Amino acid sequence: MSITVPSGATRSASGWSLRTSLRKVAEAAVTPLTLDDVLDHFHPLRGGTDLRGRIVEVRPETTESATLIIKPGRDWNGHLPGQYVRVGAEVDGVRLWRTYSLTHGPRADKCISITVKAIPDGVVSNHLVHHAKPGDMLQLAQAQGEFVLPLPIPPKLLLVTAGSGITPVIGMLRNLFSRTEPYAGDIVLLHSALTRDAVIFGPELRGYAARGLIHLVELHTDVDGMLDVADLDTIVPDLAERTSYACGPAGLLDALEEHYDARDLTLNVERFRPTTVVAGEGGTVSFASGVTIEADGATPILDAAENAGVIMPSGCRMGICMGCVIPLKEGAVRDLRNGALTVAVPGETGPGGVPIQTCISAAAGACHIDEGARSR
Amino acid sequence: MTAITKKPVNPTAHLTPEDFEQIGIELDAIRQDVLDARGATDAAYIHKVVDVQRRLELASRAVLLFSSLPPAWIVGTIGLSVAKILENMEIGHNVMHGQWDWMRDPKIHSTTWEWDNASTADGWKHAHNEIHHNFTNIVGKDNDLGYGIMRVDEDQRWHPMYLAQPLWNFINACFFEYGIAAYDLELGRNLRIPKEKRSEQFKTNLSKTLKKIRKQATKDYVVHPALSIPTGSFLPTLAANFTANLVRNIWSHSVIMCGHFPEGVETFEKKAIPANETRGEWYVRQMLGSANISGSKAMHIMTGNLSHQIEHHLFPDLPSNRYAEVAPRVQALFEKYDLNYHEAPLPQQVYSAWHKVVRLSLPNGWLATTNLKNLPEQTKLLWAMTTKGPKIRRAAAARLQQQARRVEQAKAA
Repeated sequence: MSITVPSGATRSASGWSLRTSLRKVAEAAVTPLTLDDVLDHFHPLRGGTDLRGRIVEVRPETTESATLIIKPGRDWNGHLPGQYVRVGAEVDGVRLWRTYSLTHGPRADKCISITVKAIPDGVVSNHLVHHAKPGDMLQLAQAQGEFVLPLPIPPKLLLVTAGSGITPVIGMLRNLFSRTEPYAGDIVLLHSALTRDAVIFGPELRGYAARGLIHLVELHTDVDGMLDVADLDTIVPDLAERTSYACGPAGLLDALEEHYDARDLTLNVERFRPTTVVAGEGGTVSFASGVTIEADGATPILDAAENAGVIMPSGCRMGICMGCVIPLKEGAVRDLRNGALTVAVPGETGPGGVPIQTCISAAAGACHIDEGARSR
Repeated sequence: MTAITKKPVNPTAHLTPEDFEQIGIELDAIRQDVLDARGATDAAYIHKVVDVQRRLELASRAVLLFSSLPPAWIVGTIGLSVAKILENMEIGHNVMHGQWDWMRDPKIHSTTWEWDNASTADGWKHAHNEIHHNFTNIVGKDNDLGYGIMRVDEDQRWHPMYLAQPLWNFINACFFEYGIAAYDLELGRNLRIPKEKRSEQFKTNLSKTLKKIRKQATKDYVVHPALSIPTGSFLPTLAANFTANLVRNIWSHSVIMCGHFPEGVETFEKKAIPANETRGEWYVRQMLGSANISGSKAMHIMTGNLSHQIEHHLFPDLPSNRYAEVAPRVQALFEKYDLNYHEAPLPQQVYSAWHKVVRLSLPNGWLATTNLKNLPEQTKLLWAMTTKGPKIRRAAAARLQQQARRVEQAKAA
């Protein structure tokens, strides 16, 4: 088989190799750093480096929620309305990761937005709502999620949301209504919130309703009580004809799924992960090698693992040398010196897990540890 | 120095087991206070230092592209020297101690950091964090005591080769980064083993270190000089980079000598360390085995806060910017338990450390028994001890020590 190489390819190939050699020289000039380490100090949003974003604007939505407009790095691949993004924020100097829905479709200014509701004791959400300011940098991952409208967009939609569950849905609505060829279908939005004032995007949603774009049913649970799924057939008589999306607290979603399953209907659900890890004394520790051990709350994981024959990196065995640091992928450990807890939740803590010193950490609940992931 | 257990009065003799335990509790409390307070300002500090260091290094190297002009050479060399010192001391050393791991920033983390030094991060972390910090000043276990090439304790038997140790020490200071690399590899010990019997671990580490040295040398002595060719500055840039490395080496060597070498810092006997050394006992060993340097804020930063060597050895994983703040509390604890908080300005500590190197390069008691009048005889004696074999050496050494004791008694009386 013969392949004809277009003449342009040779030029671009030589251009490429010049670029590669220049880069090699630059790398040799800054070792042991990488060129990216250096360039990050001047242009952290350029392509080819870790994906980050800079906060452009923080817009309060209610007293306890705010929308962050973020300029993402060059390598941002775009997203579909309804998808979410993992965000790493520095709170009290510590990088913590959380997941938030993207609340706009693709925007003209190439920025993305997330809307965050400050939950009680929520370290990251409170930071983002109350302390984040324009200019702050955030770490980002690419958009993910299956909670998106199919193409072609179904003519009749039912959107059931509660609280911050509106956030993926607002992205869908904004996108539908900002298109040059507006969506002509029929949308019912059934939204629950604690009070009228607590409705995130309240004025905007009521505006859509006033323009006849959506049929909005608001439930304010302080006066109306919680949504009873049994009432659904009365509120939405043509439920069976509608393509349905739901996002909100687990209790609501469970009830809805039961309701739909009983009628053999399909429901698209977006669940926000529960963030609580219940810390105990000791627990089951599983390792990347497949070994699983029972460790008590007073024995360092390093000792427990070695006693079970797991090959572990180790060093001083007293918490000084960092020779035993490996990532905790999931679970909780307790620092035996001062009782401090370290918790790793997949999808919330850093992509590589949370590095822990196994020689001074004991299991505080079930843990998964990647003992082979000693970096470099 | 003499191991504390061999001294006429052990400086810890007045401490009861309860005291040791209480010291441990009080130091743990200081540590916990810093952990509780640690936060955004600390993170901002290290980010700032890293940012300043990188910009300073880039700017200095940019200036050195024109280093055939003498003012550019001077400015660039000073800047690069400072940048290299900051990188090794306040950033590299401390990051590799895990002082900033709590930030969970993979870019500033003990497991990912690599420093501007001939020694690899992994090799250094093993030798420094695992051995030296753990077995601080235990004769025979802590290789930082003389780096295996020097006599730093009266208890080490004198041998004529130690006469050259001030010279060794000076050469080691000039090429300190290579000294550290060799020492992290335990090169001396490994080279004595026949080639085919050397461990795989050693071979891998050796090849990693050689690769690192090659990259470091290519950067400083090939790439940057070559980039300076257009201005005719190849040789000046090469010389500037060599000078900056030399300055960094001598500076870090001096700071590190001040940490454990000055007169009055205690050493410990291997066999006197209990098998189950308690937290309190370990703390006390760190307290007495380290010395601080007093000085300005700039001096503290340039030493990587190793000027707070005592605090660093007590709390090696606390952020370096917090040592100054805990120092008064640590010092108060020393006073409370009647222990010697060893602190002096840099020139004094450097002098003291060098004095010890010179004193111990000579047989025990020689310096104390020598004055201007008997200098010729004493020199003759030293010559005999150097050339006439072990028997005469031992006899003369015994006599010298006896005379030294007499001199001391006479002084006391």
